Amino acid sequence: MTDKPSSGLTGPRFEEPVERRDFFGLAAVWSFFGMILTATLGALKLPMPAVFPEADSRFPIGKPEDFPAGPPKEIKRRRLWVLSDDKGIAVVSTVCPHLRCVVTRHADGTFVCPCHGSRFDATGKKTSGPSPRGLIWKEVSITPDGRLIVDSEREVSSNARFAV
Amino acid sequence: MAYSAGRQFLSNLKNVPRNLRDSVMRHGRPTSDRARTQTVVQNFFLHIHPSRVHNHTLKWTTTMGLGIMTTALFLILTVTGILLMVYYKPSVATAFDSIKDIHFVVPTGRMMRNVHRWAAHGMVVMVMMHMARAFYTSAYKRPREFNWVLGMMLFVLTLGLSFTGYLLPWDQLAFWAVTIGSSIAGSPSEVTDAFGITQSFDPGGRIRELLLGAHYIGEEALIRFYTLHIMVLPIALSVILGVHFWRIRKDGGLARPASADPPITQDGLKPGEAPDKTFGLMAVVRERTPATDQAIENTSPAWPRLFRVEAALTVLVLLITVVLSIWLDAPLKELANPEVPENPAKAPWYFLGLQELVSYSAFMGGMVIPGIVVVGLALIPYLDREDEDVGIWFSGRQGRRIATASTVYGIVLSVGILAFTVKFKWLGEWDWVRNLIGEVPPIVITLFNPGTVFVLAAAAWSIGLLRVTNSTRMAAIGLFTCFLVCFVIMTYFATFLRGPNWDFYWSQADWPVIEH
Repeated sequence: MTDKPSSGLTGPRFEEPVERRDFFGLAAVWSFFGMILTATLGALKLPMPAVFPEADSRFPIGKPEDFPAGPPKEIKRRRLWVLSDDKGIAVVSTVCPHLRCVVTRHADGTFVCPCHGSRFDATGKKTSGPSPRGLIWKEVSITPDGRLIVDSEREVSSNARFAV
Repeated sequence: MAYSAGRQFLSNLKNVPRNLRDSVMRHGRPTSDRARTQTVVQNFFLHIHPSRVHNHTLKWTTTMGLGIMTTALFLILTVTGILLMVYYKPSVATAFDSIKDIHFVVPTGRMMRNVHRWAAHGMVVMVMMHMARAFYTSAYKRPREFNWVLGMMLFVLTLGLSFTGYLLPWDQLAFWAVTIGSSIAGSPSEVTDAFGITQSFDPGGRIRELLLGAHYIGEEALIRFYTLHIMVLPIALSVILGVHFWRIRKDGGLARPASADPPITQDGLKPGEAPDKTFGLMAVVRERTPATDQAIENTSPAWPRLFRVEAALTVLVLLITVVLSIWLDAPLKELANPEVPENPAKAPWYFLGLQELVSYSAFMGGMVIPGIVVVGLALIPYLDREDEDVGIWFSGRQGRRIATASTVYGIVLSVGILAFTVKFKWLGEWDWVRNLIGEVPPIVITLFNPGTVFVLAAAAWSIGLLRVTNSTRMAAIGLFTCFLVCFVIMTYFATFLRGPNWDFYWSQADWPVIEH
């Protein structure tokens, strides 16, 4: 483009028009970059998982008789505490809503996160610390043959107990 | 004829070593300046160096060799890393055992693993000190602005390499540090949750899925981190490192004060001052000439002075990492257990300052403030464009005074904020706030927490300096020093004064016994 014959005139009124040859040249350059960009973006879709390796989010935890009203029981492998009183059963996740550490239950029933010190009362309600919210209650249902099913991907509000 | 060909053959055989050497190195021994130049220019491995170096560059106080030491550590990391790859098996079932094999069974395995770890820590330290050196000597000024930006990229890549390497042993330390780290990457959910739109719009969740390949840390996460650690990040770092070096030369060598070159005399060059360099004229192009209003360059051949420095510094860092590795083993805790976190679960030391900020708010402390710091640092050369006093530490006496004052201000500020937070906690726990407005919404804590107070106070200090000194450079020194001091204090605080449940303890001896 540098060797383009100049009209010798300058200024806004004398801007040289884009010639057809230049137009095709520019179109080719932009097509090239457009293609590379599209191909790169397409390739980058690959690491974005479409299918997750998780097992089913629903799993049985036992029969209602296994959780009589009284002290809560821990299901360590599932990172859950099962609270049970005369109003029903509640399943509280021990994964801290702050940064996903596992909270510990103290003898007095409160939960404490070891990573950044969020504290929760016996029902998982936040009392202090950086967690933006209380511990998550999971949905409980029951199968026709009487087994309790927890869905770890479904949350219920923290007073919705499962009445047996 | 046959006889003479035979004799010729014998003589050729005798001369093989000499002819081989001459064919590899086309020039003679580097005894003259010309041959020294050729040694550099004609050698593939040396030609990234300039053939001549400015005498100011070779002074110890110009760079303290920090960049060279960082590069040497990266080379050590590459070599030991490749050796570790021979035995390491990136899978949940075997990763921990293969690290144990490397540590206890493989010949020199323990040494290689320890050196890899110490060199990794050393590289993080050196890259930060190198950045501080470049900042305080104004080495980011025109025309070196973009090389400073490249340096920031290298800094982020170095941290990324450290972080991805942290998961690979698959022990408790690794698992919980990466649990926290990947959750920080997912912390934009804190904001989308506050507006109740996470169901439909969840960038935090997408980032986390991209990083982990799942919703938990397992096989998929390990293989992703492994690929990033051994391939993606090292290649990216090597390429940018190459550009970083190349630009040093294209930007006219290292930054140096105007006083490092004698001003041109009115008569032009004096006799006997003719440059040793010769230039070949290849073509005439429209450009500014490289020569400015300065006299002949005050340079020396790179061979041998620059190479001597490089070799000495490489040996020095190798020696330090090896000696550390003899006495101090890289840690390996028990096998990762997703049910029981470490207590306290601490990130590697260079992320502990960040972990302290995260313990106020995940999104603000883990993403917004680090983001502001990195982008702010990268923009320094575009916001401070004063050209005076390049290559002078702290830009002279005023800068030294301001750096000292900013150090004091930074200490008072960060110690004050930390002490306040430990003693009185924050908004969410204050009874009078609760009585006034009830439960504090999480978004308020996200926006207003000790971390944001610190950033605002540092910004106010910098703006104050800008008004008082009427200099963007002085304001930049103030801000940079504040953040550096804060980084050091926060790191110290989180390393030594935070104990189980992230509670404050004066000493580790006071830590309670944890029941599980």
